[in-house]
Amino acid sequence: MTVPMSRGEAGFLGRFEAERASLPGAPGPRAAAAEAFRALGLPGASSGRRAEAWKYTSLRALAEAGFAGSLSVAETDMAMVPRLAATRLVFVDGRFRADLSDPAPGIFGSARAPEFGPLAQPARDPLVALNTMLAEDGAAIEVADGDDAGVVQIAHLASAAAGQAIACHPRHLIRLGAGARLVLLETMSGTGRYLHNPVSEILLGPDAALSHLRLQEEADDAFHLATLYAELAARARYEAFTLNLGARLARTEIHARLAGPDGFVALNAAQLLGGAQHADMTTVVRHDAPRGASRQTVRSVLSGRARGVFQGRIEVARGAQKTDGYQRSQALLLSDAAEIDTKPELEIFADDVKCSHGATVGALDPEQLFYLRSRGVPEAPARAMLVRAFLDESLDAVTHKAARAALDAAIARAWEREAA
Amino acid sequence: MLEISGLAASVEGTPILRGIDLVVPSGEVHAIMGPNGSGKSTLSYVLAGREDYTVTAGSVRFDGADLLAMEPEMRAAAGVFLAFQAPVELPGVNNANFLRTALNAIRRARGEPELDAVQFLKLARAQSKALAMPEDMLKRNVNVGFSGGEKKRNEVLQMALLRPRLAILDETDSGLDIDALRIVADGVNALRRPEFSALVITHHQRLLERLVPDRVHVLAGGRILRSGGPELARELETRGYGAITAAAA
Ligand SMILES: Nc1ncnc2c1ncn2[C@@H]1O[C@H](COP(=O)(O)OP(=O)(O)OP(=O)(O)O)[C@@H](O)[C@H]1O
Ligand SMILES: [Mg+2]
Repeated sequence: MTVPMSRGEAGFLGRFEAERASLPGAPGPRAAAAEAFRALGLPGASSGRRAEAWKYTSLRALAEAGFAGSLSVAETDMAMVPRLAATRLVFVDGRFRADLSDPAPGIFGSARAPEFGPLAQPARDPLVALNTMLAEDGAAIEVADGDDAGVVQIAHLASAAAGQAIACHPRHLIRLGAGARLVLLETMSGTGRYLHNPVSEILLGPDAALSHLRLQEEADDAFHLATLYAELAARARYEAFTLNLGARLARTEIHARLAGPDGFVALNAAQLLGGAQHADMTTVVRHDAPRGASRQTVRSVLSGRARGVFQGRIEVARGAQKTDGYQRSQALLLSDAAEIDTKPELEIFADDVKCSHGATVGALDPEQLFYLRSRGVPEAPARAMLVRAFLDESLDAVTHKAARAALDAAIARAWEREAA
Repeated sequence: MLEISGLAASVEGTPILRGIDLVVPSGEVHAIMGPNGSGKSTLSYVLAGREDYTVTAGSVRFDGADLLAMEPEMRAAAGVFLAFQAPVELPGVNNANFLRTALNAIRRARGEPELDAVQFLKLARAQSKALAMPEDMLKRNVNVGFSGGEKKRNEVLQMALLRPRLAILDETDSGLDIDALRIVADGVNALRRPEFSALVITHHQRLLERLVPDRVHVLAGGRILRSGGPELARELETRGYGAITAAAA
């Protein structure tokens, strides 16, 4: 039985058919991706395959929506984009804007073919298939062996202001050579109704170190679906921190593979959600070499009818002895209707490893609240203080000062919106 | 001044306070002593406004106002301060930030200008020095990893900063070394003025030697069984509660 394709799915494929001749780069990967997308469908859509990886998150609302191609409007509200670094690549509606950007040698937004790297799995991941099929642009960052590239900001702004929902699928490729270093700050924001579906491929050479901060502050009505792949050579370090504040539906899916020995991966996140927001952190850390360490802590504050999801899988291959991995989900539920779903999975084929996971869920502690109120702090600010404290403990992993300040300010904005 | 009449309260349906009458006039320091589990902390929580304690009878007036009708933060703004027997840990909340937020909340409620970070730090440093507190306690998270005595000192620091009109000290002297005991006593004595009163809950005569209470009350089984002058504390120290509770039974 063939189930008819949803409006959204048909729309994306229709766009591909209409534009395939003019899309940049080699057509091969795109055609294959289109086939994969046709076969996989959007998870949760009636035609989409049931996938365990999408157990808690349905893209039905996305499948039923219609999106136009991305359109870059000339007027861009740059006030919405914080400046966090001297080197800044600005993308508006998925397209690189040289006029708004400050690139540097080796660090540029390509207005040419997006670079399809070796890590992405369009045949397996439907959103990656969608991205590969329609990607027009993306950041290309290459840090040469031994270089310290300092701090680079990628700012993505979506401006579906003309009343038309848009979809953008930027494709980023980040390569750090042996011993290279980079702090990458990604900010994502916008207005209106849109889909932001970025795919990032991150390749770290031996001893390379990437600190990756992601501030997701998309518009209330946006879909944010990000997929990241990272591969680490020996002794490389990848430290990612995601702050999820915006979007009606957000999913951050990170695949990190420790290909060489003694690597380190941290995939931490904090999320503050209210209303009917849904945010999903899905991570797969694969230890393929000995003595790797991975750390994941996801802290969620959920109010209203918000729903948070943390699915974390740690895979330890047979040869990956002395692997040290843990993951933790900590949630603060501020209302009865809020919900957190946590699914840890350990898949271990080596015998000498240390892997653990844990999850806690709680409400604000009435004793703490009373302590603050007994000192004269009224209830609302007392609650705000405790929520901040809960999130701050995870934000302390962010040592870059300007980035930390930007995250703090974003949380304050989000909390004010919540409270209003 | 504080007027408690016929106060009864229960926790999760269990009656704990069974009719307390107590008046603490302005300018006076009263001590409350009594066996473990007699309801001393319950009384202090009820006065501070903890919501899980249900008042089933009686009234409490503070400067003529109905204290029990006020939210905890309003009581604090009116000048009530409780030094907790078990101070609460606030992971992730910086102590200096906490103290400044509290002080400014109360100053705002009193119609006084708020202190900025610099003004506040100057004041807090001076006060913590006077209390012989290590300065890094201001930088740490509230009560997290503090020793028992450090937590109590932190309560006294809060009292010194907030300058309450009614201080309720719930066993602030327990677990303190001899120097700290003097610090607590000095802390209360420094606040003494005609419009200040204190209710000092303690198990030990030695704090009262330094504080010299105007009255001493014995609370047992949720009632005040006896009241007297400072000599009552000395008597309890030698003879225990046995005679009093037996006489009341
Ligand atoms: N949540 C509760 N549920 C039931 N009983 C409670 C609860 N909280 C306190 N109690 C009881 O109330 C009584 C009075 O407790 P309270 O803490 O006021 O005693 P206290 O006089 O301060 O004792 P201590 O000298 O040990 O500090 C005790 O018997 C205690 O077990
Ligand atoms: Mg007690």
